[in-house]
Amino acid sequence: MPGLNMADIEKMSARDAFGSALVAAGEKNPNLVLLGADAIGSTRAAAFADRFPERTFNFGIAEQEMVSAAAGFALCGKVPIATAYGFLISLRACEQVRDDICYQNLNVKLMSTHAGLSMAAGGTTHHSTEDVAIMRSFANMTIVAPSDALETVKAVQAVIDYNGPVYLRMGRGSLESVYSSEFVFEVGKSIQLRDGGDVTLIAYGIMVAEALKAAESLALEGIEARVINMHTIKPLDEAAVLKAANDTGCIVTAEEHNIIGGLGEAVAGCTSAAVPVPVLRVGINDIFCGIGPEDGLRAKLGLTAADITAAAKKAVALKR
Amino acid sequence: MEKLNAEELGCKANEIRLDAMVMGKQAGGGHLGGGLSSMDIMTALYFNVMNIDPAKPDMPDRDRFILSAGHKAVGYVPVLAEAGFFSKDLLSTFNKLDSPFGMHPDMHKIPGCEASTGSLGHGLPIGVGMALALRMDKNPARIFVLLGDGETHEGTVWEAAMGAAQHKLDNLTAIIDYNKCSMDGPIDEVVSLEPINDKWASFGWNVIRVDGHNMSELLDAFAKAAGQKGPTVIIADTLKAKGMPFAEGDYLWHYGCPSDEQIEETRIYLEEK
Repeated sequence: MPGLNMADIEKMSARDAFGSALVAAGEKNPNLVLLGADAIGSTRAAAFADRFPERTFNFGIAEQEMVSAAAGFALCGKVPIATAYGFLISLRACEQVRDDICYQNLNVKLMSTHAGLSMAAGGTTHHSTEDVAIMRSFANMTIVAPSDALETVKAVQAVIDYNGPVYLRMGRGSLESVYSSEFVFEVGKSIQLRDGGDVTLIAYGIMVAEALKAAESLALEGIEARVINMHTIKPLDEAAVLKAANDTGCIVTAEEHNIIGGLGEAVAGCTSAAVPVPVLRVGINDIFCGIGPEDGLRAKLGLTAADITAAAKKAVALKR
Repeated sequence: MEKLNAEELGCKANEIRLDAMVMGKQAGGGHLGGGLSSMDIMTALYFNVMNIDPAKPDMPDRDRFILSAGHKAVGYVPVLAEAGFFSKDLLSTFNKLDSPFGMHPDMHKIPGCEASTGSLGHGLPIGVGMALALRMDKNPARIFVLLGDGETHEGTVWEAAMGAAQHKLDNLTAIIDYNKCSMDGPIDEVVSLEPINDKWASFGWNVIRVDGHNMSELLDAFAKAAGQKGPTVIIADTLKAKGMPFAEGDYLWHYGCPSDEQIEETRIYLEEK
Protein backbone atom coordinates (compact mmCIF):
# COMPACT_ATOMS: atom_id res chain seq x y z
CA MET A 1 0.00 0.00 0.00
CA PRO A 2 1.84 3.15 -1.14
CA GLY A 3 2.46 5.60 1.65
CA LEU A 4 0.84 3.42 4.30
CA ASN A 5 2.55 1.07 6.71
CA MET A 6 1.02 -1.38 9.13
CA ALA A 7 2.19 0.34 12.27
CA ASP A 8 0.50 3.56 11.21
CA ILE A 9 -2.70 1.84 10.14
CA GLU A 10 -3.07 -0.06 13.40
CA LYS A 11 -3.25 3.22 15.30
CA MET A 12 -5.99 4.61 13.04
CA SER A 13 -9.75 4.45 13.42
CA ALA A 14 -11.43 2.60 10.60
CA ARG A 15 -12.61 5.93 9.22
CA ASP A 16 -9.12 7.40 9.12
CA ALA A 17 -7.85 4.23 7.52
CA PHE A 18 -10.61 4.63 4.95
CA GLY A 19 -9.48 8.15 4.09
CA SER A 20 -5.85 7.08 3.70
CA ALA A 21 -6.81 4.13 1.53
CA LEU A 22 -8.90 6.37 -0.72
CA VAL A 23 -5.97 8.68 -1.35
CA ALA A 24 -3.74 5.72 -2.17
CA ALA A 25 -6.35 4.41 -4.62
CA GLY A 26 -6.78 7.85 -6.15
CA GLU A 27 -3.06 8.06 -6.88
CA LYS A 28 -3.27 4.81 -8.81
CA ASN A 29 -6.51 5.40 -10.72
CA PRO A 30 -7.16 8.79 -12.37
CA ASN A 31 -10.76 7.78 -13.12
CA LEU A 32 -11.62 7.51 -9.45
CA VAL A 33 -14.03 10.25 -8.35
CA LEU A 34 -15.38 10.92 -4.88
CA LEU A 35 -19.01 11.86 -4.28
CA GLY A 36 -20.20 13.12 -0.93
CA ALA A 37 -23.38 14.39 0.65
CA ASP A 38 -22.21 17.07 3.07
CA ALA A 39 -20.42 14.48 5.19
CA ILE A 40 -17.07 14.34 3.42
CA GLY A 41 -15.43 15.46 6.65
CA SER A 42 -17.12 13.07 9.03
CA THR A 43 -16.73 10.05 6.76
CA ARG A 44 -12.99 10.96 6.55
CA ALA A 45 -13.17 11.02 2.77
CA ALA A 46 -11.78 14.55 3.20
CA ALA A 47 -8.26 13.22 2.77
CA PHE A 48 -9.15 12.42 -0.84
CA ALA A 49 -10.94 15.74 -1.29
CA ASP A 50 -7.86 17.62 -0.10
CA ARG A 51 -5.56 15.68 -2.43
CA PHE A 52 -7.89 15.62 -5.48
CA PRO A 53 -10.31 18.57 -5.27
CA GLU A 54 -11.01 18.40 -9.03
CA ARG A 55 -12.21 14.83 -8.59
CA THR A 56 -14.43 15.52 -5.58
CA PHE A 57 -18.12 16.41 -5.87
CA ASN A 58 -20.27 17.46 -2.95
CA PHE A 59 -24.01 17.12 -3.51
CA GLY A 60 -25.10 18.61 -0.23
CA ILE A 61 -27.63 16.76 1.88
CA ALA A 62 -29.08 14.99 -1.15
CA GLU A 63 -28.07 11.33 -0.95
CA GLN A 64 -30.60 10.24 -3.56
CA GLU A 65 -29.19 12.67 -6.11
CA MET A 66 -25.68 11.58 -5.19
CA VAL A 67 -26.39 7.89 -5.82
CA SER A 68 -28.15 8.53 -9.14
CA ALA A 69 -25.35 10.88 -10.18
CA ALA A 70 -22.86 8.13 -9.32
CA ALA A 71 -24.63 6.03 -11.94
CA GLY A 72 -24.20 8.88 -14.42
CA PHE A 73 -20.47 9.06 -13.68
CA ALA A 74 -20.12 5.31 -14.16
CA LEU A 75 -22.04 5.45 -17.43
CA CYS A 76 -19.38 7.89 -18.65
CA GLY A 77 -16.40 5.75 -17.66
CA LYS A 78 -15.57 7.01 -14.17
CA VAL A 79 -15.26 4.89 -11.04
CA PRO A 80 -17.39 6.78 -8.53
CA ILE A 81 -17.08 6.30 -4.81
CA ALA A 82 -20.26 7.55 -3.19
CA THR A 83 -19.92 8.12 0.53
CA ALA A 84 -22.48 8.62 3.27
CA TYR A 85 -23.66 7.11 6.54
CA GLY A 86 -25.00 3.58 6.10
CA PHE A 87 -28.62 4.35 6.84
CA LEU A 88 -28.68 7.15 4.29
CA ILE A 89 -27.34 5.02 1.45
CA SER A 90 -29.45 1.97 2.28
CA LEU A 91 -32.68 3.63 3.34
CA ARG A 92 -32.86 7.18 1.98
CA ALA A 93 -31.32 6.27 -1.37
CA CYS A 94 -32.61 2.69 -1.41
CA GLU A 95 -34.45 2.88 -4.73
CA GLN A 96 -31.58 4.72 -6.41
CA VAL A 97 -29.25 1.91 -5.32
CA ARG A 98 -31.61 -0.71 -6.72
CA ASP A 99 -32.59 0.94 -10.01
CA ASP A 100 -29.62 3.07 -10.95
CA ILE A 101 -26.70 1.04 -9.57
CA CYS A 102 -27.75 -2.62 -9.31
CA TYR A 103 -30.29 -2.92 -12.13
CA GLN A 104 -27.96 -1.06 -14.49
CA ASN A 105 -25.12 -3.17 -12.99
CA LEU A 106 -22.68 -0.27 -12.84
CA ASN A 107 -19.19 -0.07 -11.43
CA VAL A 108 -20.15 2.15 -8.48
CA LYS A 109 -18.70 1.82 -4.99
CA LEU A 110 -21.07 2.78 -2.22
CA MET A 111 -18.86 3.32 0.80
CA SER A 112 -20.85 3.70 3.99
CA THR A 113 -19.59 4.67 7.37
CA HIS A 114 -21.15 4.69 10.85
CA ALA A 115 -22.35 1.10 10.42
CA GLY A 116 -24.52 -0.75 12.89
CA LEU A 117 -24.78 0.96 16.26
CA SER A 118 -21.64 3.05 15.88
CA MET A 119 -23.74 6.25 15.95
CA ALA A 120 -24.91 4.93 19.30
CA ALA A 121 -26.17 8.09 20.98
CA GLY A 122 -27.56 9.22 17.65
CA GLY A 123 -30.40 6.84 18.29
CA THR A 124 -32.50 4.76 15.96
CA THR A 125 -32.67 7.34 13.15
CA HIS A 126 -28.88 7.21 12.89
CA HIS A 127 -28.33 3.49 13.38
CA SER A 128 -27.64 1.32 10.34
CA THR A 129 -29.04 -2.03 11.34
CA GLU A 130 -31.06 -2.99 8.27
CA ASP A 131 -28.58 -2.12 5.52
CA VAL A 132 -27.17 -5.60 4.98
CA ALA A 133 -30.67 -7.06 4.62
CA ILE A 134 -31.61 -4.43 2.07
CA MET A 135 -28.43 -4.70 0.05
CA ARG A 136 -28.48 -8.51 0.09
CA SER A 137 -31.85 -8.48 -1.61
CA PHE A 138 -30.56 -6.57 -4.66
CA ALA A 139 -29.31 -8.69 -7.55
CA ASN A 140 -25.77 -7.82 -8.74
CA MET A 141 -24.81 -6.30 -5.36
CA THR A 142 -21.66 -7.27 -3.46
CA ILE A 143 -21.42 -6.45 0.26
CA VAL A 144 -18.11 -6.12 2.09
CA ALA A 145 -17.62 -5.26 5.77
CA PRO A 146 -14.05 -5.08 7.12
CA SER A 147 -13.28 -5.86 10.75
CA ASP A 148 -10.38 -3.56 11.62
CA ALA A 149 -8.35 -0.66 10.30
CA LEU A 150 -5.87 -2.80 8.38
CA GLU A 151 -8.62 -4.81 6.75
CA THR A 152 -10.42 -1.56 5.91
CA VAL A 153 -7.40 -0.39 3.92
CA LYS A 154 -7.22 -3.67 2.05
CA ALA A 155 -10.97 -3.82 1.50
CA VAL A 156 -11.12 -0.31 0.02
CA GLN A 157 -8.49 -1.18 -2.55
CA ALA A 158 -10.03 -4.59 -3.27
CA VAL A 159 -13.53 -3.27 -3.93
CA ILE A 160 -12.16 -0.53 -6.18
CA ASP A 161 -10.33 -3.19 -8.19
CA TYR A 162 -13.48 -5.33 -8.30
CA ASN A 163 -15.79 -4.66 -11.26
CA GLY A 164 -19.43 -4.11 -10.32
CA PRO A 165 -21.65 -2.58 -7.66
CA VAL A 166 -20.29 -2.85 -4.11
CA TYR A 167 -21.64 -1.74 -0.74
CA LEU A 168 -18.73 -1.31 1.68
CA ARG A 169 -19.88 -1.18 5.30
CA MET A 170 -17.58 0.52 7.78
CA GLY A 171 -17.89 1.59 11.39
CA ARG A 172 -17.23 4.95 12.91
CA GLY A 173 -14.63 4.76 15.60
CA SER A 174 -11.54 2.74 16.43
CA LEU A 175 -11.83 -0.98 15.92
CA GLU A 176 -9.85 -3.51 17.90
CA SER A 177 -7.10 -5.01 15.78
CA VAL A 178 -8.01 -8.40 14.42
CA TYR A 179 -4.93 -8.82 12.28
CA SER A 180 -1.40 -8.49 13.55
CA SER A 181 0.38 -9.68 10.42
CA GLU A 182 0.06 -9.43 6.66
CA PHE A 183 -2.76 -11.32 4.96
CA VAL A 184 -4.41 -11.55 1.58
CA PHE A 185 -7.82 -9.93 1.16
CA GLU A 186 -9.95 -11.17 -1.69
CA VAL A 187 -13.58 -10.17 -2.26
CA GLY A 188 -15.80 -13.23 -1.73
CA LYS A 189 -13.16 -15.29 0.07
CA SER A 190 -13.59 -15.49 3.84
CA ILE A 191 -10.65 -15.63 6.22
CA GLN A 192 -10.29 -18.29 8.89
CA LEU A 193 -8.72 -16.67 11.93
CA ARG A 194 -8.65 -19.68 14.25
CA ASP A 195 -9.33 -23.37 13.86
CA GLY A 196 -11.41 -25.63 16.04
CA GLY A 197 -13.56 -28.72 15.67
CA ASP A 198 -16.50 -28.19 18.03
CA VAL A 199 -18.29 -25.12 16.70
CA THR A 200 -17.73 -22.41 14.08
CA LEU A 201 -18.21 -18.73 14.83
CA ILE A 202 -18.85 -16.65 11.69
CA ALA A 203 -18.85 -12.86 11.98
CA TYR A 204 -18.13 -9.63 10.13
CA GLY A 205 -17.23 -6.10 11.08
CA ILE A 206 -16.94 -5.23 14.74
CA MET A 207 -18.22 -8.67 15.79
CA VAL A 208 -15.12 -10.46 14.50
CA ALA A 209 -13.08 -9.28 17.48
CA GLU A 210 -15.91 -10.40 19.79
CA ALA A 211 -15.96 -13.82 18.15
CA LEU A 212 -12.22 -14.21 18.73
CA LYS A 213 -12.68 -13.35 22.41
CA ALA A 214 -15.55 -15.82 22.63
CA ALA A 215 -13.35 -18.53 21.11
CA GLU A 216 -10.75 -17.90 23.80
CA SER A 217 -13.21 -18.25 26.64
CA LEU A 218 -14.79 -21.33 25.03
CA ALA A 219 -11.33 -22.90 24.86
CA LEU A 220 -10.99 -22.48 28.62
CA GLU A 221 -14.06 -24.69 28.93
CA GLY A 222 -12.72 -27.27 26.51
CA ILE A 223 -14.75 -26.17 23.48
CA GLU A 224 -12.62 -25.52 20.41
CA ALA A 225 -14.14 -22.94 18.09
CA ARG A 226 -13.26 -22.16 14.50
CA VAL A 227 -13.56 -18.44 13.77
CA ILE A 228 -14.31 -17.19 10.27
CA ASN A 229 -14.23 -13.55 9.26
CA MET A 230 -16.95 -13.37 6.61
CA HIS A 231 -15.87 -9.95 5.36
CA THR A 232 -17.86 -10.47 2.14
CA ILE A 233 -21.46 -11.10 3.10
CA LYS A 234 -22.61 -11.33 -0.52
CA PRO A 235 -21.66 -13.34 -2.47
CA LEU A 236 -21.35 -15.65 0.53
CA ASP A 237 -18.29 -17.91 0.69
CA GLU A 238 -20.47 -21.01 0.61
CA ALA A 239 -17.53 -23.38 0.41
CA ALA A 240 -16.20 -22.12 3.75
CA VAL A 241 -19.65 -22.27 5.35
CA LEU A 242 -20.34 -25.83 4.21
CA LYS A 243 -16.88 -26.97 5.24
CA ALA A 244 -17.49 -25.47 8.68
CA ALA A 245 -20.85 -27.25 8.89
CA ASN A 246 -19.25 -30.56 7.96
CA ASP A 247 -16.19 -30.15 10.17
CA THR A 248 -17.76 -28.71 13.32
CA GLY A 249 -21.43 -29.71 13.13
CA CYS A 250 -22.83 -26.38 14.35
CA ILE A 251 -22.48 -22.68 13.65
CA VAL A 252 -23.00 -19.39 15.46
CA THR A 253 -23.21 -16.18 13.44
CA ALA A 254 -22.60 -12.76 14.93
CA GLU A 255 -23.42 -9.40 13.42
CA GLU A 256 -24.22 -5.87 14.49
CA HIS A 257 -27.42 -5.91 12.46
CA ASN A 258 -31.00 -7.08 12.70
CA ILE A 259 -31.03 -10.89 12.73
CA ILE A 260 -33.65 -10.62 9.96
CA GLY A 261 -32.00 -10.55 6.58
CA GLY A 262 -28.42 -10.58 7.78
CA LEU A 263 -25.44 -12.94 7.68
CA GLY A 264 -27.22 -15.42 9.96
CA GLU A 265 -29.99 -15.98 7.46
CA ALA A 266 -27.50 -16.21 4.62
CA VAL A 267 -25.51 -18.89 6.45
CA ALA A 268 -28.64 -20.79 7.53
CA GLY A 269 -29.96 -20.66 3.98
CA CYS A 270 -26.71 -22.09 2.71
CA THR A 271 -26.42 -24.92 5.26
CA SER A 272 -30.08 -25.92 5.29
CA ALA A 273 -29.93 -26.82 1.62
CA ALA A 274 -26.82 -28.97 1.85
CA VAL A 275 -25.50 -29.70 5.36
CA PRO A 276 -28.33 -29.00 7.83
CA VAL A 277 -26.72 -28.24 11.18
CA PRO A 278 -27.78 -25.95 14.04
CA VAL A 279 -27.19 -22.28 13.14
CA LEU A 280 -27.70 -19.84 16.00
CA ARG A 281 -27.79 -16.14 15.23
CA VAL A 282 -26.35 -13.46 17.49
CA GLY A 283 -27.60 -10.04 16.42
CA ILE A 284 -30.24 -7.45 17.10
CA ASN A 285 -33.48 -9.23 17.80
CA ASP A 286 -35.75 -7.23 15.52
CA ILE A 287 -36.07 -4.18 17.73
CA PHE A 288 -35.14 -0.51 17.44
CA CYS A 289 -32.14 -0.01 19.64
CA GLY A 290 -32.57 3.32 21.40
CA ILE A 291 -29.87 5.60 22.71
CA GLY A 292 -26.75 5.01 24.75
CA PRO A 293 -22.99 4.65 24.58
CA GLU A 294 -21.80 2.05 22.09
CA ASP A 295 -20.56 -0.46 24.64
CA GLY A 296 -23.64 -0.09 26.80
CA LEU A 297 -25.98 -0.56 23.86
CA ARG A 298 -24.15 -3.61 22.61
CA ALA A 299 -24.19 -5.21 26.05
CA LYS A 300 -27.88 -4.46 26.48
CA LEU A 301 -28.73 -5.87 23.06
CA GLY A 302 -26.69 -9.06 23.41
CA LEU A 303 -23.85 -8.29 21.01
CA THR A 304 -20.83 -9.16 23.17
CA ALA A 305 -18.31 -11.99 23.31
CA ALA A 306 -20.25 -13.40 26.27
CA ASP A 307 -23.40 -13.60 24.15
CA ILE A 308 -21.51 -15.43 21.40
CA THR A 309 -20.04 -17.80 23.99
CA ALA A 310 -23.48 -18.61 25.38
CA ALA A 311 -24.87 -19.18 21.88
CA ALA A 312 -21.96 -21.45 21.03
CA LYS A 313 -22.63 -23.65 24.04
CA LYS A 314 -26.28 -23.92 23.03
CA ALA A 315 -25.29 -24.78 19.48
CA VAL A 316 -22.94 -27.53 20.68
CA ALA A 317 -25.71 -28.95 22.86
CA LEU A 318 -28.07 -29.03 19.88
CA LYS A 319 -25.71 -31.18 17.85
CA ARG A 320 -26.99 -34.71 17.36
CA MET B 1 -27.14 11.43 -39.48
CA GLU B 2 -28.81 13.67 -42.02
CA LYS B 3 -30.65 16.49 -40.28
CA LEU B 4 -34.34 16.94 -41.11
CA ASN B 5 -35.85 20.43 -41.34
CA ALA B 6 -38.85 21.54 -39.31
CA GLU B 7 -41.41 20.48 -41.88
CA GLU B 8 -39.81 17.09 -42.40
CA LEU B 9 -39.59 16.60 -38.64
CA GLY B 10 -43.33 17.18 -38.30
CA CYS B 11 -44.06 14.49 -40.88
CA LYS B 12 -41.57 12.12 -39.28
CA ALA B 13 -43.10 12.58 -35.83
CA ASN B 14 -46.55 11.74 -37.16
CA GLU B 15 -45.26 8.61 -38.89
CA ILE B 16 -43.73 7.46 -35.63
CA ARG B 17 -46.94 8.28 -33.77
CA LEU B 18 -48.66 5.66 -35.88
CA ASP B 19 -45.84 3.16 -35.22
CA ALA B 20 -46.31 3.78 -31.50
CA MET B 21 -50.07 3.25 -31.72
CA VAL B 22 -49.71 0.01 -33.65
CA MET B 23 -47.06 -1.16 -31.21
CA GLY B 24 -49.24 -0.21 -28.24
CA LYS B 25 -52.16 -2.08 -29.76
CA GLN B 26 -50.05 -5.21 -30.33
CA ALA B 27 -48.77 -4.96 -26.76
CA GLY B 28 -52.30 -4.79 -25.39
CA GLY B 29 -51.85 -1.20 -24.24
CA GLY B 30 -49.27 1.45 -23.54
CA HIS B 31 -48.62 4.91 -22.13
CA LEU B 32 -49.70 6.57 -25.35
CA GLY B 33 -50.75 9.82 -23.67
CA GLY B 34 -47.19 10.76 -22.72
CA GLY B 35 -45.53 8.83 -25.54
CA LEU B 36 -47.38 10.95 -28.08
CA SER B 37 -47.28 14.27 -26.23
CA SER B 38 -43.47 14.03 -26.21
CA MET B 39 -43.13 12.66 -29.75
CA ASP B 40 -42.29 15.98 -31.40
CA ILE B 41 -39.61 16.68 -28.77
CA MET B 42 -37.95 13.28 -29.23
CA THR B 43 -38.18 13.49 -33.02
CA ALA B 44 -36.53 16.91 -33.05
CA LEU B 45 -33.71 15.58 -30.87
CA TYR B 46 -33.03 12.35 -32.75
CA PHE B 47 -33.49 13.67 -36.30
CA ASN B 48 -31.93 17.10 -36.01
CA VAL B 49 -30.44 18.27 -32.72
CA MET B 50 -28.33 15.43 -31.35
CA ASN B 51 -24.90 14.34 -32.52
CA ILE B 52 -25.51 10.59 -32.82
CA ASP B 53 -24.63 7.78 -35.17
CA PRO B 54 -26.85 4.69 -34.86
CA ALA B 55 -24.06 2.66 -36.49
CA LYS B 56 -21.76 3.70 -33.63
CA PRO B 57 -23.93 3.74 -30.49
CA ASP B 58 -20.83 3.87 -28.25
CA MET B 59 -19.23 6.88 -30.00
CA PRO B 60 -17.52 8.71 -27.09
CA ASP B 61 -18.60 12.22 -28.02
CA ARG B 62 -22.20 11.32 -28.84
CA ASP B 63 -24.91 13.39 -27.26
CA ARG B 64 -26.83 11.54 -24.56
CA PHE B 65 -30.61 11.36 -24.21
CA ILE B 66 -32.19 10.08 -21.00
CA LEU B 67 -35.88 9.25 -20.97
CA SER B 68 -36.41 10.12 -17.32
CA ALA B 69 -40.16 9.59 -17.74
CA GLY B 70 -39.48 5.95 -18.62
CA HIS B 71 -43.13 5.09 -19.24
CA LYS B 72 -42.96 7.10 -22.46
CA ALA B 73 -41.03 4.11 -23.90
CA VAL B 74 -44.00 3.42 -26.13
CA GLY B 75 -43.03 6.61 -27.95
CA TYR B 76 -39.25 6.37 -27.44
CA VAL B 77 -38.67 2.82 -28.71
CA PRO B 78 -40.15 3.49 -32.18
CA VAL B 79 -38.08 6.70 -32.37
CA LEU B 80 -34.91 4.64 -31.81
CA ALA B 81 -36.05 2.10 -34.40
CA GLU B 82 -36.81 4.82 -36.95
CA ALA B 83 -33.40 6.38 -36.28
CA GLY B 84 -31.83 3.03 -37.16
CA PHE B 85 -30.57 1.68 -33.85
CA PHE B 86 -32.42 -1.61 -34.52
CA SER B 87 -34.94 -3.09 -36.90
CA LYS B 88 -38.53 -1.88 -36.84
CA ASP B 89 -39.54 -5.53 -37.13
CA LEU B 90 -38.75 -5.87 -33.43
CA LEU B 91 -41.45 -3.39 -32.43
CA SER B 92 -44.12 -6.10 -32.55
CA THR B 93 -42.41 -7.83 -29.58
CA PHE B 94 -43.03 -4.87 -27.22
CA ASN B 95 -44.03 -6.12 -23.72
CA LYS B 96 -43.70 -9.76 -24.81
CA LEU B 97 -41.61 -12.37 -22.98
CA ASP B 98 -37.90 -11.99 -23.85
CA SER B 99 -38.50 -8.81 -25.86
CA PRO B 100 -35.69 -6.23 -25.62
CA PHE B 101 -38.30 -3.68 -24.63
CA GLY B 102 -41.51 -3.07 -22.83
CA MET B 103 -43.23 -0.50 -20.67
CA HIS B 104 -39.95 0.96 -19.33
CA PRO B 105 -36.60 0.94 -21.17
CA ASP B 106 -33.60 -1.26 -20.25
CA MET B 107 -30.25 0.14 -21.42
CA HIS B 108 -28.67 -3.30 -21.54
CA LYS B 109 -31.23 -4.56 -24.03
CA ILE B 110 -32.03 -1.57 -26.24
CA PRO B 111 -29.31 -0.33 -28.61
CA GLY B 112 -29.04 3.44 -28.30
CA CYS B 113 -30.66 3.62 -24.87
CA GLU B 114 -28.37 5.44 -22.42
CA ALA B 115 -30.05 4.65 -19.09
CA SER B 116 -32.59 2.24 -17.67
CA THR B 117 -35.50 4.23 -16.32
CA GLY B 118 -39.03 3.71 -15.10
CA SER B 119 -39.40 4.89 -11.55
CA LEU B 120 -39.70 8.66 -11.80
CA GLY B 121 -37.17 11.22 -10.64
CA HIS B 122 -34.02 9.28 -11.53
CA GLY B 123 -33.10 10.64 -14.95
CA LEU B 124 -32.17 14.19 -14.05
CA PRO B 125 -29.70 13.25 -11.28
CA ILE B 126 -28.20 10.58 -13.57
CA GLY B 127 -27.84 13.36 -16.14
CA VAL B 128 -26.07 15.53 -13.55
CA GLY B 129 -23.51 12.78 -13.01
CA MET B 130 -23.03 12.34 -16.75
CA ALA B 131 -22.64 16.07 -17.29
CA LEU B 132 -20.00 16.32 -14.56
CA ALA B 133 -18.09 13.29 -15.85
CA LEU B 134 -18.11 14.44 -19.49
CA ARG B 135 -17.06 17.95 -18.52
CA MET B 136 -14.10 16.52 -16.54
CA ASP B 137 -12.96 14.84 -19.75
CA LYS B 138 -13.56 18.00 -21.82
CA ASN B 139 -15.99 15.93 -23.89
CA PRO B 140 -18.24 18.26 -25.96
CA ALA B 141 -21.30 15.98 -25.67
CA ARG B 142 -24.61 17.45 -24.54
CA ILE B 143 -26.98 15.65 -22.20
CA PHE B 144 -30.74 15.88 -22.76
CA VAL B 145 -33.16 14.66 -20.11
CA LEU B 146 -36.86 14.35 -20.89
CA LEU B 147 -39.08 14.72 -17.83
CA GLY B 148 -42.80 14.29 -17.49
CA ASP B 149 -44.61 17.19 -15.90
CA GLY B 150 -46.07 15.02 -13.15
CA GLU B 151 -42.59 13.58 -12.62
CA THR B 152 -41.45 16.91 -11.24
CA HIS B 153 -43.55 16.18 -8.15
CA GLU B 154 -40.63 13.92 -7.16
CA GLY B 155 -38.20 15.57 -4.72
CA THR B 156 -35.14 14.14 -6.45
CA VAL B 157 -35.88 16.32 -9.48
CA TRP B 158 -35.34 19.35 -7.28
CA GLU B 159 -32.24 17.90 -5.62
CA ALA B 160 -30.80 17.55 -9.11
CA ALA B 161 -32.05 20.99 -10.12
CA MET B 162 -30.08 22.50 -7.24
CA GLY B 163 -27.03 20.38 -7.99
CA ALA B 164 -26.99 21.21 -11.71
CA ALA B 165 -27.12 24.92 -10.99
CA GLN B 166 -24.46 24.67 -8.28
CA HIS B 167 -22.13 22.88 -10.70
CA LYS B 168 -23.00 25.27 -13.57
CA LEU B 169 -23.75 22.47 -16.01
CA ASP B 170 -23.84 24.23 -19.39
CA ASN B 171 -23.97 20.82 -21.08
CA LEU B 172 -27.23 19.74 -19.44
CA THR B 173 -30.65 20.45 -20.96
CA ALA B 174 -33.88 19.25 -19.37
CA ILE B 175 -37.12 19.18 -21.32
CA ILE B 176 -40.45 19.06 -19.52
CA ASP B 177 -43.32 17.51 -21.46
CA TYR B 178 -45.93 19.82 -19.97
CA ASN B 179 -49.11 18.08 -21.10
CA LYS B 180 -50.92 19.24 -17.96
CA CYS B 181 -52.08 15.77 -17.01
CA SER B 182 -50.87 13.16 -14.57
CA MET B 183 -52.38 9.75 -13.99
CA ASP B 184 -55.16 10.78 -11.62
CA GLY B 185 -56.31 13.85 -13.51
CA PRO B 186 -55.48 17.34 -14.72
CA ILE B 187 -52.23 18.23 -12.98
CA ASP B 188 -53.60 21.49 -11.56
CA GLU B 189 -56.18 19.41 -9.69
CA VAL B 190 -53.62 16.88 -8.45
CA VAL B 191 -50.68 19.11 -7.43
CA SER B 192 -50.07 22.20 -9.52
CA LEU B 193 -46.60 22.99 -10.85
CA GLU B 194 -47.31 26.69 -11.23
CA PRO B 195 -45.63 29.08 -11.42
CA ILE B 196 -43.46 26.59 -13.31
CA ASN B 197 -41.17 29.07 -15.14
CA ASP B 198 -40.45 30.94 -11.93
CA LYS B 199 -39.75 27.75 -9.99
CA TRP B 200 -37.02 26.65 -12.39
CA ALA B 201 -35.61 30.15 -12.79
CA SER B 202 -35.39 30.51 -9.01
CA PHE B 203 -33.40 27.26 -8.89
CA GLY B 204 -30.81 28.86 -11.16
CA TRP B 205 -31.85 27.43 -14.52
CA ASN B 206 -32.25 29.17 -17.87
CA VAL B 207 -35.90 28.75 -18.80
CA ILE B 208 -37.20 28.57 -22.36
CA ARG B 209 -40.92 28.16 -22.90
CA VAL B 210 -42.10 26.68 -26.21
CA ASP B 211 -45.03 25.11 -27.99
CA GLY B 212 -43.92 21.48 -27.77
CA HIS B 213 -45.65 20.65 -31.03
CA ASN B 214 -44.02 23.44 -33.06
CA MET B 215 -40.82 22.10 -34.59
CA SER B 216 -39.39 25.52 -35.41
CA GLU B 217 -39.82 26.65 -31.82
CA LEU B 218 -38.29 23.40 -30.52
CA LEU B 219 -35.25 23.70 -32.84
CA ASP B 220 -34.74 27.33 -31.84
CA ALA B 221 -34.95 26.39 -28.16
CA PHE B 222 -32.36 23.61 -28.46
CA ALA B 223 -30.04 25.94 -30.39
CA LYS B 224 -30.44 28.66 -27.79
CA ALA B 225 -29.85 26.21 -24.91
CA ALA B 226 -26.49 25.26 -26.45
CA GLY B 227 -25.11 28.74 -25.93
CA GLN B 228 -26.27 29.31 -22.37
CA LYS B 229 -24.21 29.44 -19.21
CA GLY B 230 -25.57 26.96 -16.69
CA PRO B 231 -28.29 24.35 -17.14
CA THR B 232 -31.32 25.04 -19.31
CA VAL B 233 -34.86 23.75 -19.02
CA ILE B 234 -37.16 23.80 -22.03
CA ILE B 235 -40.73 23.80 -20.80
CA ALA B 236 -42.75 22.44 -23.70
CA ASP B 237 -46.49 23.03 -23.68
CA THR B 238 -48.01 19.89 -25.12
CA LEU B 239 -51.26 18.02 -25.44
CA LYS B 240 -51.65 14.62 -23.84
CA ALA B 241 -52.04 11.96 -26.56
CA LYS B 242 -51.24 14.53 -29.27
CA GLY B 243 -52.22 13.23 -32.69
CA MET B 244 -54.99 10.86 -31.65
CA PRO B 245 -58.02 13.03 -32.48
CA PHE B 246 -60.33 11.20 -30.10
CA ALA B 247 -57.93 11.48 -27.15
CA GLU B 248 -56.01 14.76 -27.33
CA GLY B 249 -55.86 16.46 -23.94
CA ASP B 250 -57.61 13.60 -22.16
CA TYR B 251 -55.81 12.44 -19.00
CA LEU B 252 -57.66 9.12 -19.21
CA TRP B 253 -55.40 8.31 -22.17
CA HIS B 254 -52.35 8.22 -19.84
CA TYR B 255 -52.46 4.49 -20.56
CA GLY B 256 -54.65 2.81 -23.12
CA CYS B 257 -55.08 0.47 -26.04
CA PRO B 258 -56.39 1.91 -29.30
CA SER B 259 -58.74 -0.06 -31.50
CA ASP B 260 -58.04 -0.74 -35.19
CA GLU B 261 -60.70 1.85 -36.00
CA GLN B 262 -58.98 4.44 -33.80
CA ILE B 263 -55.64 3.76 -35.46
CA GLU B 264 -57.26 4.23 -38.88
CA GLU B 265 -59.00 7.41 -37.69
CA THR B 266 -55.64 8.73 -36.51
CA ARG B 267 -53.94 7.80 -39.79
CA ILE B 268 -56.50 9.82 -41.77
CA TYR B 269 -56.35 12.71 -39.28
CA LEU B 270 -52.54 12.90 -39.42
CA GLU B 271 -52.38 12.54 -43.21
CA GLU B 272 -54.62 15.61 -43.55
CA LYS B 273 -52.10 17.64 -41.51
